[in-house]
Amino acid sequence: MPILERAGGMPEWKRRTTAQDMLVWTGWLAGVALAVACFQFISDRTIWAFVWDAPTQGADLVSRMFPPRWSYAEQLWKPLWDTINIATLGTLLAIVIGVPLAFLAAHNTTPSVLFVRPVVLFIIVASRSINSLIWALILVIILGPGVLAGILAIALRSIGFIAKLLYEAIEEIDPSQVEALRASGASNPQVLAWGMVPQVMPAFAGISVFRWDINIREATVLGLVGAGGIGMQLEASINTLAWPQVTMIFLLILGMVAVSEWLSARVRHAII
Amino acid sequence: MPENAPPLLAITGLTKRYATGDLALNEVSLAVPPGQVMALIGPSGAGKSTLIRCVNRLVEPTSGQVVLDGAELTTLGRAALRRARRRMGMIFQEYALVERLTVMENVLSGRLGYTGFWASWFRRFPRRDVEEAFRLLARVGLAHMADKRADALSGGQRQRVGIVRALMQDPALLLVDEPTASLDPKTSRQIMRLIVELCEERGLAAIINIHDVALAQEFARRIVGLRAGRIVFDGTPETLDAAALTAIYGEEDWSRTIRRIEAEDSVAEPVA
Amino acid sequence: MSATAFDAAAAARAWRPPPLISSPLLRYAVYLGALAYVVLGVATVEVNWARAAEGMGRAAGFLGGFFPPDFVSKGDDIFEGLMESLTMTVVSTALGIALSIPVALGASRNLAPLPIYLFCRGIIAVSRTFQEIIIAIVFVAMVGFGPLAGMLTLTFATVGFMAKLLAEDIEDIERAQAEAVRATGAGWFSWIAWSVLPQVKPRLIGLSAYRLDINFRESAVLGLVGAGGIGDTLNTAFDRYEFDTAAAVLLIIIAIVLVCEYTSGWIRRKVQ
Repeated sequence: MPILERAGGMPEWKRRTTAQDMLVWTGWLAGVALAVACFQFISDRTIWAFVWDAPTQGADLVSRMFPPRWSYAEQLWKPLWDTINIATLGTLLAIVIGVPLAFLAAHNTTPSVLFVRPVVLFIIVASRSINSLIWALILVIILGPGVLAGILAIALRSIGFIAKLLYEAIEEIDPSQVEALRASGASNPQVLAWGMVPQVMPAFAGISVFRWDINIREATVLGLVGAGGIGMQLEASINTLAWPQVTMIFLLILGMVAVSEWLSARVRHAII
Repeated sequence: MPENAPPLLAITGLTKRYATGDLALNEVSLAVPPGQVMALIGPSGAGKSTLIRCVNRLVEPTSGQVVLDGAELTTLGRAALRRARRRMGMIFQEYALVERLTVMENVLSGRLGYTGFWASWFRRFPRRDVEEAFRLLARVGLAHMADKRADALSGGQRQRVGIVRALMQDPALLLVDEPTASLDPKTSRQIMRLIVELCEERGLAAIINIHDVALAQEFARRIVGLRAGRIVFDGTPETLDAAALTAIYGEEDWSRTIRRIEAEDSVAEPVA
Repeated sequence: MSATAFDAAAAARAWRPPPLISSPLLRYAVYLGALAYVVLGVATVEVNWARAAEGMGRAAGFLGGFFPPDFVSKGDDIFEGLMESLTMTVVSTALGIALSIPVALGASRNLAPLPIYLFCRGIIAVSRTFQEIIIAIVFVAMVGFGPLAGMLTLTFATVGFMAKLLAEDIEDIERAQAEAVRATGAGWFSWIAWSVLPQVKPRLIGLSAYRLDINFRESAVLGLVGAGGIGDTLNTAFDRYEFDTAAAVLLIIIAIVLVCEYTSGWIRRKVQ
């Protein structure tokens, strides 16, 4: 924020110099132009007649969705149980694999910055880049449809998530606590178990519960590609245009997500 | 203890140059006889902290020898170094307790060098270690706090736990790094008194890094002044006069600092 | 000293490391419950091993697709899908952020009256409960296949994500600063602009960069339900068992995610 000298000798205050002003406005203009151009691209690929019809379609959809078909719930308990299993077992598997990876990736615990760390980082990035639905798509082709593909898909996506957040937490621990143990003659595994593990425990618990919470949501859609869970019923109901059943499924998902959110808040509170 | 006994710790020509090129220690030679409590004073950045960390090799010295009880430390391999570290208890400025472990666990962590990994993982320490832990905690007045988490304690209490942890190692030498820098004046005096008393009870030698000249003069039998990585003063507290302080810290009006030593009851204030 | 009255041996005999859950009944109930769940969960996973064994050939085919990936023969489809994904990402991020600011203001209890607060919190809750894919299904049903449905989905998801985190931040702002601006007699809009906005701006920018990153990842799967983007291309490739094209698409996704991640990480470091 410059103070500009004016002819009269009085200083003048402005937020930015004129050049900065121009730069900021050009930046905004470019941003807006980019967004508009992008929208133009999307608009070219849109049949607008359908879109103008959307309110009618929407109203029609809603009218067909209500009332929900309550009796359908009986057939949904097993898929719901499967969905919870996919999320939970997938998260557990991801923890088992992701935690060692995190310690191999963190600067202060990795056995080799030159050889081990880059390999682990690549595994983490690959796991994180690919959405669990894509993992599921691949696994269904390989393993066939079913819950197992779902569990593995959730696990493969979550490994990178857990490992990345955990290794960042490991790198941020207080080194003096570690130094104190080292000074007492503790061995490396002891320093890890006594000095580092307690420090990253809250982060670990938070990350695991957070990921489990996300996975509950993700597990609801894996069935769309055949990887088990309530998404299979969703897919079937949509294909047969059985909208009251879809509403029932949505309600169950809503309930499950609410419960999972409450549970994860409780667990987080208890551990931290 | 006769002053001509063979030294417990003999440092010769110790030099440390950091990777940044800073020369932290320049040919330091120092001998500490058994049972001697020695204060190491000097301005910030004089190398006090580096010196005691070079003794237990938390910082690797560039050159020079460190001999503890007749054994050369600078050439030890990893396992031998860990055994040697058990003989040197360390007390830290910010306590460096593992905050999320209980007081008792922190105290027992002083025995890690004597305990196997799995035994320590399952918290299975020999009965006499636990007894010793309780005895020492009672000695510093914290026995009732054994199962409190370390982060629930006040600064003075934490430092007492830090002292007990160091004593659990059954050391011959205490390396004490600014034990009072994070404490208020009254607690500082209590902590210093406790360290000195415990050293007398157990016949321990100690090197105490300290900023507070008045505290150093009151509690130590010998004072070593460090400036820019060199020893510029080595004598009894009585011989530490204005000229010596000027040699260590540079020009300043030292009359008040020195007068304060004679005023026995006055509460010391941190100098730095 | 209390050491005489205190029986260290008895205390040591009685001492056990304090468990995480203090009530033994609850502790064993939790352990047992967890064990029972895992056993039951794993037991209900139905695996068609014959089908899985059969799939190993396809797994080999899929992995073979990476050596080398085929960027060329479906090059036009890949380019088209990529452009759709990128444009979707840009527009939905920009629009989502713009819309999330008023929603976030409305969802802050310290700014908004109760009815507005509840309404905005409702939007956030719906947006966060349902997985993007489910929202996309609804939008596809309303506006037809194509990137517009994807764009609307991501916009909706962005609003929920950004508004929730921003609202949390707004609720945490420094009261004193807000009061000071209000005390000058500023109107509501200038009050927001001068006291709230400066405090949440770094977080707003950081979250936006992060969300851009997430939106691209998500845009890669929306194609599975017909909402446009590179996921469409990927799905087609899998359907036709063109694993070399699928491999190319996956590599492109990983590459773009990497670029996004580094840029958003860089932006976040800049503003914090």
